[in-house]
Amino acid sequence: MNLDFSDDQKFLQSEARKFLEKEQSIQKSRSVLDTKRQYDKDLWAKVLEMGWTGIRIPELYEGLGLGHLELCVIAEELGRSLAPVPFSSSVYLFTEAIIKFANEKIKHEILPKLVSGECVGTLAITEDLFAPTEGNIKVNVENNQITGTKIAVPDASVATHALVICKSKAGIDLRLVDLINNNCEVHDQDTIDNSRGHSLIEFSNANSQLVGETGDGWALLQNILNQAAVLFSFEQIGGAQATLDMASEYAKQRFAFGRAIGSYQAIKHKLADMYIGLTLAKSNTYYAAWALLNDSTELEVAAATARVSSTEAFQFCSKENIQTHGGNGFTWEYDCHLFYRRSKLLSLNIGSLAAWKEKLVSGLERSNLNS
Amino acid sequence: MDFKDTQQEAEFRTTCRAWLEENAQLKAGAGNDDRYGKADERDFLNSAKDWQKKKFDAGWAMLHWPKHYGGLEASAIERIIWGQEEAKFNVPRGVYEIGLGMAGPVMMQYASDQQKARYLPPMAAGEEIWCQLFSEPSAGSDVAGLRSKAVQDGDDWIINGQKVWTSGAHFCDYGIIVVRHDPNAEKHAGMTFFFVDMKSPGIDIKPIKQITGGSSFNEVYFNDVRIPDSQRLGAIGDGWRVAITTLMNERLAVGDANGADAKEAFEWAQGQDDHGQPLIKNSAVRESIADWYCQASGLKNTKLRTMSALSKGDTPGPEASITKVVSANKLQAIGNFGIDSLDMAGMLKTDDADVHSFHDAWLGSAGLRIAGGTDEILRNIIAERVLGLPQDPRADKGLAFKDIPSGN
Repeated sequence: MNLDFSDDQKFLQSEARKFLEKEQSIQKSRSVLDTKRQYDKDLWAKVLEMGWTGIRIPELYEGLGLGHLELCVIAEELGRSLAPVPFSSSVYLFTEAIIKFANEKIKHEILPKLVSGECVGTLAITEDLFAPTEGNIKVNVENNQITGTKIAVPDASVATHALVICKSKAGIDLRLVDLINNNCEVHDQDTIDNSRGHSLIEFSNANSQLVGETGDGWALLQNILNQAAVLFSFEQIGGAQATLDMASEYAKQRFAFGRAIGSYQAIKHKLADMYIGLTLAKSNTYYAAWALLNDSTELEVAAATARVSSTEAFQFCSKENIQTHGGNGFTWEYDCHLFYRRSKLLSLNIGSLAAWKEKLVSGLERSNLNS
Repeated sequence: MDFKDTQQEAEFRTTCRAWLEENAQLKAGAGNDDRYGKADERDFLNSAKDWQKKKFDAGWAMLHWPKHYGGLEASAIERIIWGQEEAKFNVPRGVYEIGLGMAGPVMMQYASDQQKARYLPPMAAGEEIWCQLFSEPSAGSDVAGLRSKAVQDGDDWIINGQKVWTSGAHFCDYGIIVVRHDPNAEKHAGMTFFFVDMKSPGIDIKPIKQITGGSSFNEVYFNDVRIPDSQRLGAIGDGWRVAITTLMNERLAVGDANGADAKEAFEWAQGQDDHGQPLIKNSAVRESIADWYCQASGLKNTKLRTMSALSKGDTPGPEASITKVVSANKLQAIGNFGIDSLDMAGMLKTDDADVHSFHDAWLGSAGLRIAGGTDEILRNIIAERVLGLPQDPRADKGLAFKDIPSGN
């Protein structure tokens, strides 16, 4: 029985934490939020130097050839430190999909450049102010050329490539698009969390290459999202732990009516509930990491379980952290809002909480029918 | 990461499994757990005693105990493996949990060698059943507020007062008890701990009828009950420290709430009608089931993390402290959901096993949220011991016990 990370993985995690603290990742995140400059170039360059973008890329393509668990511990630290870098879009969504579904030619062309940072990838799904479905995708592909508009695409302003969900004759395709000099216009969008960049992309007959089989795009997308959900869950539990730590520290130092506010049960019980939610989420996320590592048939349900519980934990912890800080928590100056914003962003970026609860229950129905 | 046993653990599991298969029946389904409080009490006690004796003779009863008291000197992880395997079999449970889970460790730590040799083997063998006498009418969450009196008289102590919520007192042979020997001392300093023969003259036991209709708890009255000083556990005035050790063990003994869980709610929703459609199609129900499933698997995976630490020989983190508060509330919500799903007919008691389990869950969970530490006390413990928040300022600090306001 071993539902835990190895000593090497824990060492990697503690080194990552030290690195991100030294680099003042949270302050950099605030600065990106203030300036809307999409990401922090300096921190991103250092992350590339650390080799983190190549963790999962096989050595054949110049990566480190490590497993998913190494990526999980890094994700937790990026979440804890609100790192303002295009890591999640380029690694969890793009690189993982290329490793799993792209042909050898694409892999040879792109994977080494993802390691070096010459390429940065993203995934473009949403088009409208409602949830995308297999039936409502309008961005179209004809003769390998893509036309239409995607919105809220993460890190599109720094990305060199995007995987695009589009409508083809066969149904839905997953297609690889080079965003540079290829009839793609990128416009940055204002979001609830400008510490991470999001943009609109307008494709006007942009050249593309098919990834996987034509018509299989929607199924591939679900697979990509299930895997990414596990990694995002690690970011979420990292963020939730950071806010619980902030709230506990503040409750010990802040006095009201002659005593530390942490001595009031109203505050204690709030913080205990934060701990309870976080503990459930963390355990579910560890289990999902196991399912991801082993490409288990349980991944769908395990990923949805991790996603739902860590989304709820981070949102709960970040909002109650503001409440614990009182008026100070509502100021721009305190860091509370940075986590509140990030928790909301992460609750939406690969589909809403309601959508993942539905995935969880329909996953249970399928596994129940199969068993 | 993996869920495999180590080779040693796997061998141990096989040994447990082989013995269980020879001596008990596998459970047919999830709902047929043979638990104390459900069946006819006399029959149930007899079958529980038989099963305990069988286990004792083979060494399984208290497998982590030293061999000379009937144990196997098993490790913490082996104890868990045994528990997992035994739980798959339809065997009587619930009678010995408090005695073995609370009285056992405290006797092991504080009794003399002679007493241990006399009391521990029959305790493990189930021949003598033990109860715990801490709570009092005016001392619930604030156990240290207890006021039952102990007055020294030669080699004896004379006990007067009342205990309450004593599980199984009416069939127990011995009990562990904490009482106040000095009302002039500060609250936590004036207590002393003993074990007592429940058949002693002056002990009067009255069952409490609970909201479930059953009576597993009792009031226990002490009128000039004599306890020999040799049955004192720990020094005079050390009662609170000894009690705290015991309460730590209680939280492990109470643990998970048994009964209808996310899986049962899900299966029920697949079969139950909702305006001509299966209930599982109802989006509000789907959302609730997702929430309960996340809680249930969160608890299960938390246990796996605790086991992982034990398996490596590490001390587990504090994560297990969330178990009871989450599971008792989940049980109450699921019981409520099941009853509501029957609409007007939800009020009816029926023979249907599922409906019965929802009624049981709804009523029983109200007690589980209190037993072994209320939701509120458990949250205080998480906040203070895990998160390091300061204690509440206390109105009873530094006062002689007799001067503490009691509201009456």
